[in-house]
Amino acid sequence: MERVPILRIGKTLLVTIQIDLQDDIVMQLQEDLAEQIVATSATGVIIDITAVEIVDSFIGRMLSAVGSMSRLFDAETVIVGMRPAVAITLVELGLSLPGVRTAINAEKGLRLLNGRT
Amino acid sequence: MQLDSGHGKIADFIRANQAKVLDRWGELVQAAVGSRISAQEIHRELEEIFDLVVRSMSDADESARGELRAVLGELSRSRARNGFNPTETAMGVFSLKDAVYELVADAPDLAGEYVDFARMVDDLGLLTFETYTAAREQIIADQAEFMLELSTPVVRLWDGIIAVPLVGTLDSARTQLVMEKMLNALVDTGAEHAVLDITGVPTVDTEVAQHLLKAVMAVRLLGAECTISGIRPQIAHTIVSLGIEFGDIATKATLADALAYALGRSGLRVGPA
Amino acid sequence: MDDLPIKVSDDIVRVRQQVRAAAAACGLSLVDQTKVITAASEIARNALVHGGGGSARIEPATSPAGRAGVRITFSDSGPGIPDVGLALTDGWSSGNGLGLGLSGARRLVDQFELETQPGAGTSVVVAKWSR
Repeated sequence: MERVPILRIGKTLLVTIQIDLQDDIVMQLQEDLAEQIVATSATGVIIDITAVEIVDSFIGRMLSAVGSMSRLFDAETVIVGMRPAVAITLVELGLSLPGVRTAINAEKGLRLLNGRT
Repeated sequence: MQLDSGHGKIADFIRANQAKVLDRWGELVQAAVGSRISAQEIHRELEEIFDLVVRSMSDADESARGELRAVLGELSRSRARNGFNPTETAMGVFSLKDAVYELVADAPDLAGEYVDFARMVDDLGLLTFETYTAAREQIIADQAEFMLELSTPVVRLWDGIIAVPLVGTLDSARTQLVMEKMLNALVDTGAEHAVLDITGVPTVDTEVAQHLLKAVMAVRLLGAECTISGIRPQIAHTIVSLGIEFGDIATKATLADALAYALGRSGLRVGPA
Repeated sequence: MDDLPIKVSDDIVRVRQQVRAAAAACGLSLVDQTKVITAASEIARNALVHGGGGSARIEPATSPAGRAGVRITFSDSGPGIPDVGLALTDGWSSGNGLGLGLSGARRLVDQFELETQPGAGTSVVVAKWSR
């Protein structure tokens, strides 16, 4: 099964989502992230969804769940690169992604994470 | 516009007098449009229509009738584009009746079939009218959309600070356009602050407040802050009495206040030179 | 017009892909495409999770006013929805999870029809028109 690769930049983990995610890959990603946060003592997670065209409530819940989970390990999650069409659809759906911060791209996301230390 | 095989006589008659009918029709149409359309252009248009009319009178098959509708529709649209009113276009079609009548007047045995023929031409004329109306309505719809676009500009107030001054009512169609423009501007400029100025929005009720909330949430999903400015005293009163809560969304009385606030949040300060 | 099966979660991705193709083909704007694909994803997932699986039929359609668009019919033969009113309400600002599927999807489309019979399954028809 395909797994979404998790890169490491210092104390931050970077996940770039490129494909139309199937459920089992989504669940695997959550598990892998939890493991990696602990294994690397990461203080931040960036999830780059620049290439993601559709975020439905399942994916949205996953993103919020990653946020909550990372906070349990005292790490912060930033979702970056959300497409305008996706944002407009999410607010219409009523999903506000509580518990995650957002940034326009990975660079700003990193700055956001480093700013807090 | 059905002409079954019992009306073959008038079809034959018209075909036999094709050149005369076409020329006379052309004359009548030219007299009405004057110099706005050239004689060659008219002849070309009428010849095509005439050919299809004759075919659809004698054939049992639908293809000639279908083509005729399409050609008349196109004629109507092209005249609409060139500023002709629908009466002129329809009258042009109706004048085919006059051209044929002038010849048929001397043949009393064709009188009965002529009436059916005339009715068919009436339908064709009305068809051009319907197409005309549909075309004009599309133009109106396009212009309305254009106006909507024009009245929703995104301006750059400062590095990293964009603003949308809204003028007019905020309905869901407008909200969607505002969101699209603001979000695209955020992507293009990387701005981290946006201001939605509602000085020009006449009323803020619960529905409008929900639209504003949606817009703010969308901006936040792209990593920017959104401030609402232009809260006039009367609006503030309405908002409070309706029980609308803006929660953690920053709201300011004027665009200037919102700019100062955004500058502060960006770590900047305005001071004397 | 073949029906797409919705039996496993991977089928939801297939539904999204087909809806995207149909939506793009009938000239929907990018935002409208995103909305209808997302709505389809929600309803397909609902059919899978609550309806025990079902199918989707995606076809081009025309609105009463003559605009081109796409229509999707979802059906499942699950337990049906006992309280439709409840299933279709939620405060749009409450976005934290359960029960968002159908009510959220309804806001994203132009036409939304739901028929359900307890014990006899559910059918949802949605449509989105080009502007």
